[in-house]
Parts: sequence; structure tokens; C-alpha cells
Amino acid sequence: MSAQPAGARPGRRAVRVTANEQLGAYNVLRVDDPQMGELQAGQFAMLAAVERWGGGEDERPFLARAFSVARHHDGESSYLLEDVGPGTRRLCELAAGDELWVLGPLGSGFTAPPQGRRAILVGGGVGIAPLAILQDALSAAGGAVSVLLGFRDEARVPGAGLLRDAELATDDGSAGHHGLVTDLLERELRSDPDAVVYACGPAGMLEGVRAICERDGVPAQLALEAGMACGFGACFGCVVPRRGGGYLRVCVDGPVIDAAELDRVELHAGAPA
Amino acid sequence: MSVEFCGLRLAHPIINGSGTFDAIAARGAFGAALDTAFPFAAYVSKTITLEPRAGNPPPRLWESPAGLVNSIGLPNKGLAGYLAEDLPQLGGYLCDPLASADGASHRVPVITNVMGSTGEELRALVEACDDPETIAAIELNVSCPNVRTGLDIGADPAQLETVVAGLRESTGKPLIVKLTPNAADVPACAQAAEAGGADAVSLINTLRAMALAPGRAGARPWLGGGTGGLSGPAIRPVALAQVAAVAARVAIPVVGMGGVQSAAHAREMLDVGATLVAVGTESFRDPAAGVRIAAGLL
Repeated sequence: MSAQPAGARPGRRAVRVTANEQLGAYNVLRVDDPQMGELQAGQFAMLAAVERWGGGEDERPFLARAFSVARHHDGESSYLLEDVGPGTRRLCELAAGDELWVLGPLGSGFTAPPQGRRAILVGGGVGIAPLAILQDALSAAGGAVSVLLGFRDEARVPGAGLLRDAELATDDGSAGHHGLVTDLLERELRSDPDAVVYACGPAGMLEGVRAICERDGVPAQLALEAGMACGFGACFGCVVPRRGGGYLRVCVDGPVIDAAELDRVELHAGAPA
Repeated sequence: MSVEFCGLRLAHPIINGSGTFDAIAARGAFGAALDTAFPFAAYVSKTITLEPRAGNPPPRLWESPAGLVNSIGLPNKGLAGYLAEDLPQLGGYLCDPLASADGASHRVPVITNVMGSTGEELRALVEACDDPETIAAIELNVSCPNVRTGLDIGADPAQLETVVAGLRESTGKPLIVKLTPNAADVPACAQAAEAGGADAVSLINTLRAMALAPGRAGARPWLGGGTGGLSGPAIRPVALAQVAAVAARVAIPVVGMGGVQSAAHAREMLDVGATLVAVGTESFRDPAAGVRIAAGLL
């Protein structure tokens, strides 16, 4: 996980969808993609349907969409999708045999915790995706891992099935703790202040995680989401303010960014979905 | 298929539009494969300004029907940072896979794009770019408001001719003027650039555009910069018309761009008089778009 991957081919490739499974309000899209090769947990790919990409709401989508790789083994990649706009809607429609454009793996992923320190994985909603491949990698390396996942409602709780042994929090109280997943994180950190935190989810959750970890002096790696046009540093569209001034490009400086690099997590929901 | 452009011999007529491809970031993403399979026959840098710029506050992007509205704000390291840190990483590395035996070098020439808000700033930029051997040509971004008049330098033919003429003595390298499409008479601006001594013109830059934030709670612009520029296939017919009109008016070579996604689109630009065709937004969707389009012209 710490070795720098060789990099993606400098061009998108068409791959075949092998399955598209419903997971509550989510879909798990599987594709046959041996060229994805070795990747770090937390890296992402730009996805677009080969057929009918465009012509949805407002004649969109036009740009490819960024997704964390949820898993990759035996030449098959999987992605967690939620229909929240014309791009994600089209991807959710894909069926086995359909073709998908893939560019990746892109960006820099998570770094393993120092020897002997527990990893706490904190995920929210569709943002749990990169934590699945991270849990696999950390568990395979023999490290201690705790998983805390938050969901809005009952329809989204089945997403937890993507990971193992997750403790849940829900906004509507339909499963696990009735409240925020960050409540669970505070409790975990009280019992193990030496843990290292890995988080991905909505901006509000990430900002909560960042603030808690800063207060408690706990290292945290945050996988950020941002609307992006390219995914490889060309467009400069996906920036977030960096602590001390200037901006970070989420695509090439992240998507996994050390929480200490940020004053706060300010993301802009609504950019291409 | 090699092309002569301002004294440069290029392997094919497909280059990138300024600000749409970052060769250094792309090398980070794609590794050494990029150096031997660079997707363009020449590499045009992002706009370089005298001082470093952080760029506009986000959000910077809005997806529109068959297009993209961006308000990036020209983030760059400034002239000194570009010359010291970036340029050494560009010279001699990038190789064109389509370079053939007919005299085109495998090395991809670097065209440095610069912008200044006064004649003095522009002169300092052009003079600094005149020296490094790695820089094969200089492109002037004149889509910048004059600090005194507030009008885009490139939108007023008289002002544009004066600015270009004032820079002509500062360099012996080819000077390309990147025209703004947001002008009353774009062919007149092209003619003014030619009269001022430009070796080529390139067009179109993005069309001024705006998007409002979703929701009905008071209309406010979505983009952090307020307004932005529209690119992508939505602007291709506009671009074709402007490229045709400019090519009919000037004798210097024209670099045509705007919404080009395929070899057929590039062929149209060449058919109306462009010498080179630049690809921009399509590279966002596929970093290999340039080489795919060039191969399709063979």
C-alpha cells in the first residue's frame, strides 16, 4: 500500500460491465478491468458510459465522473454508486455487457498507520467506498481496524455490507447509534487515543472528523470529493483551500489529504453529479 | 502529415489549448509513458503571469449542455517559478509518437503562454521567454482587462495593435496572439494583431458565460469568480465561424480551436483555413484525445 503505483495508461480505456448489483439505495458496479493493475487504497478513476453519455437532465452528463475504487482483485474493479444526478443516473443504469470508459488509477491513496497503531475508518454515505479496499489492505497486513459508518436512513444502511464488522450510526435511528458517526469516533478515541483516523464521506462529516482529530491531536487522512473535469491535474477545477494559503488540487494532491493540510473542509456539493 | 508553423516543423497539426493540459501533472499521473506518447505535436503551457497567482476561489467548474463553464483564474507559479521549476522539466522530455521520418523532430516544442495587464508587464514576460532555448514560441493571452480602461486588451483592435507592436522588438521567437471571442469584430482584432507584427493568431478562447447556484433561495452565481468561460462541443459552431472569418482576413497562420472532439472536427478547422488545431476540453475527458485525433487525420 505504501509503494507508489506505476501510474495509469495515458488514455481512457473501454471496459466491460460484469455486474450491477443493488445495495439498498446504492449500486455496486463491477467491471472487468485487468489494466487497473496495482493500486493504492483511496485512488480513484474517472468513469463514463461509452453509450448515451449525454442527453439526460439538462443534456448532461458531458464530463466523466470521479469514483473511488471500492475494490480491485482478480482483474475486476468495483465502484459504489448513488443516483444523485444525470451522470450517476446513467452509470446506475448500466448492465452486464455494457461498456464503460475508465481512466485510472488516479491520485494518491491512504498511507498505512505506523506499526502497532489501530486504524479507525470513518465513512458516511456513498463515501464509504474507498474504506472497503482500505479495510482489505490493512487487514491483510495484519493491522487492527475498526469501522464506523454513518448513513442517512434505512434505505442506505445496506451499503454497510460493503465492509466487514462495521458499527453504524444513522440520522433516522433505523440502525445502530441514532446520531452522527462522529459521536462514535469521539467514543473510540477516548478509549484509544493512539489510533489513526481514515475518513471519507460528506463534507459536513469530514469537517467533524477533522475538527475532532485536530482537537485530540490524532492524525487523520481524509479522502475528499470535488467536482472535477479531468482527474489528472489539467483543469485546476477541483481545488480546496490549503492551510496557510493557496489551493490543493484534489485530483493530484489528493484525493487523500492529511487533515493537517486543511483549515477546514469546505466542499461544494452540486458540481457534476 | 508534418506541418510547418512559424518556422517550427511539427509532426502533425494537433496541439493543446493553453490551460487544458499540464504536462508535469500528467507525468505524475501517467508516469514515463507520457513522455514517449505525448498526445500533442506542441505543448502550450498554462498562462504564466509576472507574479504568482493562486487562482479563483472554488467552485471553479459548472457542467452545461455539451460543455463546461470554468472560472479557474489563471493559477500559476509566476514567471520566475515557471522558468526555474517547470521549464527544466519540459525541455527535451516530451516525445511525439507520431513524429515521422519526414523531418519532424520527436521532441515536442514548448509554446509558453503569457499574460500581463500592462504593456510593461507583457514586455518583461516576453523578454524573459526570449532567452530559454526550450521555449520555441510565445503565445500572448490578451483576454485580460486593461488595468486603466477595464476593457480586454484583445477586444479593441487599436489597443491590440499597439500592444503587439510594442512587444515585437522584444523577441525573435514566433509570437502567437490568442484572440478573445468576446469582441465585437474578431477578424478586425486578428488583422490588428497581424499589423502589430504577430506571427500567428489562435482562437477561440472560451466564451464568457455564467451559471447560477441551484435552488431558489436568491439568485447568486455558482462560480467563485462570478462569471466564467464556456468550452466544449457547445461552442464548436461558433468557433468554426470565427476561425473561418479570421483565416479569410489574415495572411499569417491560424490555430483553430473550440469544441474539437474528433478528427472530423479537426478536419473542418483545417478546411476553413487553420494551420494547426488545438484540443482542450476533450482532453479532460480523455488525455489521449490529441493523439487519437491526430492519428485520425492520417
